[in-house]
Amino acid sequence: MKSITRQKSLDDVEQQIEGLERVYIIGCGTCATMTNTGGREQVLDMKERLQELGKTVTGWTVIPTACDEMTEVSLQENNGAIQSADCLLVMSCALGVQKVGAYNGKPVIPALDTLFIGVEDEPGYFHEACDQCGQCVLGYTAGICPITACHKGLLNGPCGGTNNGKCEVDKEKDCAWTLIYERLKKQGRLDLMKKYQPPKNSQVVPRPRATRIL
Amino acid sequence: MAQSFKEALNSGKFIISSEIGPPKGTNLEKMRHHIDILKDLVDGINVTDHQSSVMRFPSIGGCLEIKEHGGEPILQMTCRDRNQMALQAELLLAYTRGIRNVLCLTGDAIPIGDHKEAKGVFELDSVQLLRTIRLMESGKDMGGNDLDGAVEFCAGAIVTPEANPIEPQLIKFEKKIEAGAEFIQTQAIYDLDNFGKFMDYARQFPIKILAGIVLLVSARMAKYMNENVPGIFVPQNLIDELASAPKGEAINKGIEIAGRMIATLKNDSICDGVHIMAIGREEVVPDILAAAGINGHA
Repeated sequence: MKSITRQKSLDDVEQQIEGLERVYIIGCGTCATMTNTGGREQVLDMKERLQELGKTVTGWTVIPTACDEMTEVSLQENNGAIQSADCLLVMSCALGVQKVGAYNGKPVIPALDTLFIGVEDEPGYFHEACDQCGQCVLGYTAGICPITACHKGLLNGPCGGTNNGKCEVDKEKDCAWTLIYERLKKQGRLDLMKKYQPPKNSQVVPRPRATRIL
Repeated sequence: MAQSFKEALNSGKFIISSEIGPPKGTNLEKMRHHIDILKDLVDGINVTDHQSSVMRFPSIGGCLEIKEHGGEPILQMTCRDRNQMALQAELLLAYTRGIRNVLCLTGDAIPIGDHKEAKGVFELDSVQLLRTIRLMESGKDMGGNDLDGAVEFCAGAIVTPEANPIEPQLIKFEKKIEAGAEFIQTQAIYDLDNFGKFMDYARQFPIKILAGIVLLVSARMAKYMNENVPGIFVPQNLIDELASAPKGEAINKGIEIAGRMIATLKNDSICDGVHIMAIGREEVVPDILAAAGINGHA
């Protein structure tokens, strides 16, 4: 499971760093490298584009995993270049941006938009796998998530918008409930689809979400 | 309106419902005109709820207009735009204003409409909304609290008899009946043999089925629906029939086709009634009924 990201437009990045002339760029060696949005190559490309805009790039690094505990250590190694920058442009998912933001009080600027938590089906194609709803129903739905795989997050079967196994929102996308139906049928467990599912609790962990596990 | 929609459903007669779409804006003239045409002609008038996810005057506003004009409204309620609190509150309002019929729908997806960046709610689905109505009739809300004054509705839902694959739709259809649906208005049907097969199956359930009749106004519209509207299939012979009409007269052919279908459904007792959707051409609903050999219904 990865954080799936997309690069913001250069215009968007430029607007966010307006008035901030000296920029330090941080990439991520995990998800953003896999999605070609914040790996070494994209960081170097960003460096060039910022320089074309007349910005000074004080340095750059690609942290192995921007969201984990090693981020601070990794940034400490580059402390000089970081301290001389007006802002840190982070080319990771929002987890990494927040981690870096807590580090030294320098303004952090996201260069990527975080789209969803997903898995890779084929090289370069990802789909959202989990919405972290806090009430997993995969046991009733043959392991296919109706929250993320159905546009409407329906719990009791397909809507009338499905056609030939596809979704009304996008004819290229599969209807989750057709997939669930077919898999349950193969398993001889269609009785699960006939069972009424009550509305979900939208407040399993109310926002701001935090929980103590141990 | 001599009798309520529920009384009509239970009367054993062939039921006719139709529908109107509220305006985009505050000019209610056309909608009122359509209400005037339909109110004494049909047993119930649906008011669409931001149909196709296009923002409009609200369904409940249209229902109140129908009440004021002496008609029998059927409140279409989708789960797209309101969370459970707003849905329940609207049911309370509807009941206090004499609206007694609700059609429970999931709702079209936001991206197909005209507010493409809006948030789709879909906190409940159509089955859960049906159960919510039955719960509120027992004097409770979804939070488990007592209501000071309960509701009472004739609740309905939809089914798409031409869907492919059909079985997932039928599983949901049965869940809607278990949840307390009293009537079904189907998605548009054109192939009566196919619909007859659906009815052979549906007859086992204690529910009234109204076949969806969407007026065809041209061969082009028929082809468009075949390509773009899920669950609608217009057979080639009907498309040819529409295409054979002289220029500008395809709508008359469409009226003839709709009338013919309604007459067959009624005379062969295939289903319990029809739901006529003229999609903006409500002024021809009397002609459709005349073509079906039905003159006035109230």
